[in-house]
Amino acid sequence: MSIRFNFGGDEHIFGEVSEEMSLTSFFTGLSMTNAVRTAGIRGVTEICPANASFQIRFNPDIVKPQDLLSELKSMEEAASKADPVLKTRIIELPVYFQDPWTRETCLRFRERHQDPSSTDLEYSARINGYATVEEFIAAYSGQPWFVSMVGFVAGLPFLYQMVERKKQIQAPKYLRPRTDTPKLTIGHGGCFAAIYSVRGAGGYQMYGITPAPIYDPTRKVRYLSDDMCLFKPGDIVKFKAIGRDDYDATLEEIEANRWQPTVRECTFSLTDFNGDIYGTNAKLMELIDGR
Amino acid sequence: MAVKVISPGLSTSVQDLGRPGHYHVGIPEGGGMDRFATRIANLLVGNDPGAAVLEATFMGPELEFTQSAVVAVTGGELPPKLNGEERPTWESFPVKAGDRLSFGFLKGGARAYLAVSGGIDVPVVLGSRSTYILGALGGHQGRTLKAGDELPVGEGSGKAGLSLPANLRRAWNSPAELRMLPGMYWHRITEAAGNRFFEETWKVAPEADRIGYRFRGGTPLEFVGREQPFGAGSDPSNIVDACYPYGSVQVPSGTEPIVLHRDAVSGGGYMMLGVVISADMDLIAQLQPHTPARFVSVTLEGALAARAEQRAALARAEGHLAG
Repeated sequence: MSIRFNFGGDEHIFGEVSEEMSLTSFFTGLSMTNAVRTAGIRGVTEICPANASFQIRFNPDIVKPQDLLSELKSMEEAASKADPVLKTRIIELPVYFQDPWTRETCLRFRERHQDPSSTDLEYSARINGYATVEEFIAAYSGQPWFVSMVGFVAGLPFLYQMVERKKQIQAPKYLRPRTDTPKLTIGHGGCFAAIYSVRGAGGYQMYGITPAPIYDPTRKVRYLSDDMCLFKPGDIVKFKAIGRDDYDATLEEIEANRWQPTVRECTFSLTDFNGDIYGTNAKLMELIDGR
Repeated sequence: MAVKVISPGLSTSVQDLGRPGHYHVGIPEGGGMDRFATRIANLLVGNDPGAAVLEATFMGPELEFTQSAVVAVTGGELPPKLNGEERPTWESFPVKAGDRLSFGFLKGGARAYLAVSGGIDVPVVLGSRSTYILGALGGHQGRTLKAGDELPVGEGSGKAGLSLPANLRRAWNSPAELRMLPGMYWHRITEAAGNRFFEETWKVAPEADRIGYRFRGGTPLEFVGREQPFGAGSDPSNIVDACYPYGSVQVPSGTEPIVLHRDAVSGGGYMMLGVVISADMDLIAQLQPHTPARFVSVTLEGALAARAEQRAALARAEGHLAG
């Protein structure tokens, strides 16, 4: 596999690891961006990993575009051979699935949906072969997810579930985007989950809502006082399905600024994962369950 | 010293030269959409070129000053009026405590920049005073201005009567020519569609803001057939979500190109045809809706030459003001 490099105007180099999504491509992209960061190349201003690609922004008055491109290409071999082991962390995020707020929004924009007679959850469960919404939610929250990209707007994570391809949940985006999505909605489009960090337009199917802020420009939320965005590419996220009572109780704790998510340091090996997906995931999940 | 907002205009926000370094978590660089006008406004009033100014879109605000200062308006031709009397653009002039600054109708361009000696002194967030509206970050309470706002101003020492002559400013042509380096996912469209894209004249759509500019009026793109890659989505314009460069030209469903600007969404799932070069980003900031525009193909060498020319033009303007 070789990276397709391309100049994005005179200030960006875009590297596409593969056209399709896979954890291997994500890891190659992450290795590349980590290598660029470590190299500390003069003139590089932004280093952005994405799902199966990455983007480097530079100042061409400081580093010649062709020189930077050669330097990136020289890192490619090491990045694709790099032992894909990542020192990262697993974060548990409570999610109230089938909540009244995304349901209300879902009904308000029904005419923009593929199947106006079902809810987003009913529709997604059906097209992914789940008999009930409950089984669908169990699959959604039963295995962890990789933050494969952060962006679109401030702090919004794209998440890719850590299961084999045939078990990947897929859903189309709305036929026409909604003009409204509640803040902290858990949505799904293509093979990616996303958490809407701010209220706004959106086209992903809506499944639930988390009480936990993930972006705080005022830095008042205790766990967002250093970094105003909770997620970084490479983080692992486990959704914990909660009901209304837990949601209200957590929200109360958050409003008193007493709550913080469970976060554990961990090491992830892609080779181990590919050898035993569910065994690897089980060990990761023990880190948060064994508290 | 403060500036009181009597009426806010259509969309007026505090901006400087932006906050690079946070695009990987979705926070765009931001800052004055027209960087040349932002810098020159500051230099005219004796500020550092990166001080915070007010960016007014299409329609100016009405402001009151609590102390004397020197101010200057650059960018689009939005004529300033001091206590009802017209004042020149691209020239610094004095204001006193109690004076009111308003604006006449826009005569050219789209965005005006108002610098006040001392600079707008809102808190610095992530290295910048720029307002990122979508993320409610920076600027004055993370939003565009409202009537009743009061903006603090720093200590300044500008001189009135400094000006930048017209021959040292950038001229606007019609149709606007936006130079673009084709690439990214250019291979996804047919050769005929690619040729047509550059031949046709487009028009700026009403959806034109700090995030991006939409264009209308050209022929929908024809895609090269393929089986969509896993995770990309079913529309031929879909890709596995990737980063969006500043200036990148995405074409959702192949119909209306959108050029992302300083408050760009940092990534998403639409293919891009290429990227408008850095030297033409200021030009986009001054396009009104319905303005005709063409995309012009350039090479990387062409883009770098245009960038060097733009730097030289800025150096000439700075030299004039320093001289």
